[in-house]
Amino acid sequence: MSDSQAMLGGIGGPEPDPGARPDIPAPPGTEAKARSLGRDAWEDLRKSPVVIVSGVLILILVVMAAFPGLFTGVDPKECLLNRSRQKPSGDAWFGYDLQGCNIYARTIHGARASITVGGLAALIVTVVGVGLGMLAGFYGGGIDTIISRLTDIFFGIPFLLGAIIVLTSFPSGDSRNFWLPVSKVVLALAVLGWTNIARIMRAQVLQVKEADYVHAARALGAPTSRILRVHVLPNAIQPVIVYSTILLGAFIGTEAALSYLGIGLQPPAVSWGIDISAAQEYIRTSPHMLLFPSLFLSVTVLAFIMMGDAVRDALDPKQR
Amino acid sequence: MGRYTARRLMQMIPVVLGATFIVYALVYALPGDPLAGKCGQRPCPDAYIAKYTEQFNLDDPLPVQYVKYLGNLLQGDFGEAVNGEKVLDQIERTYPTTMKLALVAIMFEIIIGIGAGIISGIRRKGIFDSSVLAVTLVLIAVPVFVTGTSLQWFIGVKAGWLPVTATDGTWRQLIMPGFVLAGLSLAYAARITRTSLAEVMRADYIRTAKAKGLPRSRVVGVHALRNSMIPVVTFIGADFGTLLGGAIITEGIFNIDGVGGLIYRSIGLREGATVTGVVTVLILIFLLVNLFVDLLYAVLDPRIRYE
Amino acid sequence: MPNSGSESAPAFDLNVGAGEPLLEVVDLHVEFRTREGIARAVNGVSYSVKPGETLAVLGESGSGKSVTAQAIMGILDTPPGYITKGEVRFCGQDVLTLPEEDRRKLRGASMAMIFQDALSSLNPVFSVGWQIGEMFRVHEGMSRKEAKLKAIELLDRVRIPSAKDRVGDYPHQFSGGMRQRVMIAMAIALNPRLLIADEPTTALDVTVQAQVMDLLAELQRESGMGMILITHDLGVVADVADICAVMYAGRIVEHADVHELYANPAHPYTKALLGSIPRLDLKGQEVAVIKGLPPTLTNLPTGCAFHPRCSYVKDRCRSEEPPLYSVNEHRDSACHYWEEVLDGSPE
Repeated sequence: MSDSQAMLGGIGGPEPDPGARPDIPAPPGTEAKARSLGRDAWEDLRKSPVVIVSGVLILILVVMAAFPGLFTGVDPKECLLNRSRQKPSGDAWFGYDLQGCNIYARTIHGARASITVGGLAALIVTVVGVGLGMLAGFYGGGIDTIISRLTDIFFGIPFLLGAIIVLTSFPSGDSRNFWLPVSKVVLALAVLGWTNIARIMRAQVLQVKEADYVHAARALGAPTSRILRVHVLPNAIQPVIVYSTILLGAFIGTEAALSYLGIGLQPPAVSWGIDISAAQEYIRTSPHMLLFPSLFLSVTVLAFIMMGDAVRDALDPKQR
Repeated sequence: MGRYTARRLMQMIPVVLGATFIVYALVYALPGDPLAGKCGQRPCPDAYIAKYTEQFNLDDPLPVQYVKYLGNLLQGDFGEAVNGEKVLDQIERTYPTTMKLALVAIMFEIIIGIGAGIISGIRRKGIFDSSVLAVTLVLIAVPVFVTGTSLQWFIGVKAGWLPVTATDGTWRQLIMPGFVLAGLSLAYAARITRTSLAEVMRADYIRTAKAKGLPRSRVVGVHALRNSMIPVVTFIGADFGTLLGGAIITEGIFNIDGVGGLIYRSIGLREGATVTGVVTVLILIFLLVNLFVDLLYAVLDPRIRYE
Repeated sequence: MPNSGSESAPAFDLNVGAGEPLLEVVDLHVEFRTREGIARAVNGVSYSVKPGETLAVLGESGSGKSVTAQAIMGILDTPPGYITKGEVRFCGQDVLTLPEEDRRKLRGASMAMIFQDALSSLNPVFSVGWQIGEMFRVHEGMSRKEAKLKAIELLDRVRIPSAKDRVGDYPHQFSGGMRQRVMIAMAIALNPRLLIADEPTTALDVTVQAQVMDLLAELQRESGMGMILITHDLGVVADVADICAVMYAGRIVEHADVHELYANPAHPYTKALLGSIPRLDLKGQEVAVIKGLPPTLTNLPTGCAFHPRCSYVKDRCRSEEPPLYSVNEHRDSACHYWEEVLDGSPE
């Protein structure tokens, strides 16, 4: 506060930036309740149509992944060649694919692979990235140098190429098992996917650790583990959560891309990427084969990205 | 600035070493016989195995192999693929095409991405702005292999406006693949431009520019644009590096003989020398481009000074 | 001396007869249409400035003093800001009715404005010389080279040492006071008739504040321009202003000659403001503070907007909005009980 302001006594604070909106306090009644940014953001989010739509979509997709039986009674692997590439009809809303499998059933069942891969990969990447970023940011010095260079190294390897190399380097194993190929893909995505989260987290922690409440906690003799857990983590993690949500969507897209290339999940696994890959040659005669899995894939990716975007906008004070 | 550049170049050394080592280790050391399938159905003759083992130092422990490989690399020897083709030749054959493809993609990002971003940044909440937001969301969500296949079918085959494939890698052939490749980044470029411009338009110096009596075109075109372009240039610059290595699917769809396809095929064939060599060049380009972007940043924003 | 550059010939006669006001704001109303509702930022403000005269506009944050200035300049952000009523007569012409292109030519050339925070108000990516020179290039069609020479001349005029060497420097390379001088140089570049200074010294150290105010006063003496000084610093007002308008909740509550106003305020708000300056002669006593908060612009109190915080408040104040009563021929107060306020204090 400059001297002139200190001298003002009762006559309000400094002028607000005249280009900005005039300060408009909350309507009377709520005046007393100071609204924190987090609360403001939550209010915004609850009312935002984007959040409602993407939230409902994500909920449906998660239920679809967990209990596909709720949506269809048809076995996605029950295929009859004599109905190969039949167009959508009352029997099969999305038609049949090349092998004569019900596309609707396959699309519903495909959600499980995508959501599982995306969710697990995002979770691992977040845990690893947050852990490394926090160590680097909080301790600094040699630890920071090592972690930062490590981050640079992994950041330098092109993401899709790296994932392909990782996937190819692993033995194929039994592809009828659901979890084995899924964990391979998760690993491939996670090995290179954590770098940005570590960087975001490190930058956040560097900021937070200079905050007064952290200094105060230290002065009061709180152990480091407690400072990290209670003070640093909750205050630094917001942007990471936003990024992870968006990343989850991106991972689902990458899983499909890897399966499309034939090195992610393999048939007989049911996955949107596999079905899209199989369908692309028949775009001319049977576009429905391409349309439905693509649509589900896109909507899923979109739902997570929109959710992340909306949360970021709500948290960003500059946007208000 | 010179000292900063030198320091950054020094810092790149461990990064390049680390990244290439990881790729090298993954390609060579993990399970799977690099010679599997190299000699048709039968196992390879012993003499061939011996030569191969000798050529790639396969008897040495991994770090030693890697160091020997690096030694050759420093002398400009990238080794050769199993079929006898020099890796350097492969690099020279594929890189120009992929560079061209990436350049086309960048052009789309600049013209369409930044263009749309500027218009919607100025006219926020209008119809154009809403459509840009919707279209960019679709571009972000729809995977490249769907847009690629669909555009190829509708624009290439059905309408016949552009070549269906880009086997020779001419500029005309690369228009459609370039657009497909740009899709995602184009959407991000538009959104970053829009947000950045809208933010800058609220800045105090824009109010000053208006108070100076400058025409609106000058307020936006000179005062706001230069400032709002800083994050966009950073994004697009860094994206060039990503596009080079990220074109695997696009190159596959349009039958382009580029870097992505080469690496993808080589991985399948366990052509270790090719994969490591080509990826090393990719990593180098990626890092150099990032350095260039950081330096460009200082040119655009005089407040940033690198010591 | 009205500028007559070919690029910006004014759309009307800029001559003002002796004793005529240079600028007259008449019953100006501005509102901001926001998500939270309509905020009435300016509610019927009238004031005038003669050539060579300095009008100080005083008030708390959100009192509408900056918004009024932006409306005069025509740089109000629309949306959300809208001028719903009133006139802004500049040299006799209501500029609100002029086409935008004519207004633009006035801005910078005939009426100029300087802002509070020179660091954020100058474009960070262009050199100060370029930014000053831009005035000449846009309004008078000068070449880059001529404009640069002019910029050096101006930097000299606002007393920036070794102007020639510094003309290519960027805003962040200057100190706070020097930056504000650059702002001033830019504003006076085309010899405007009217200069609006919006809190020109708030962001500066006390010693630098005085220098900048002296510079402004001197430039005004030389050029005879009219000046509107927006501030909440009562100390600044007493030294340089001729007349003073006190604003509260988008209205002028007192309008008077500076010395009369200081000697004997005729509005409880002015009185409270003066009471809240720490004074050396009253050292040791508690500084009086105006109780309560400024009103919410989306929901102004009924009657007199100041009544919830007023120590003279009576029933009438809660229901009846006071008009601007004439205290004497050059003095007004928007208080039903101005005579009581003027006479003495119940405090």
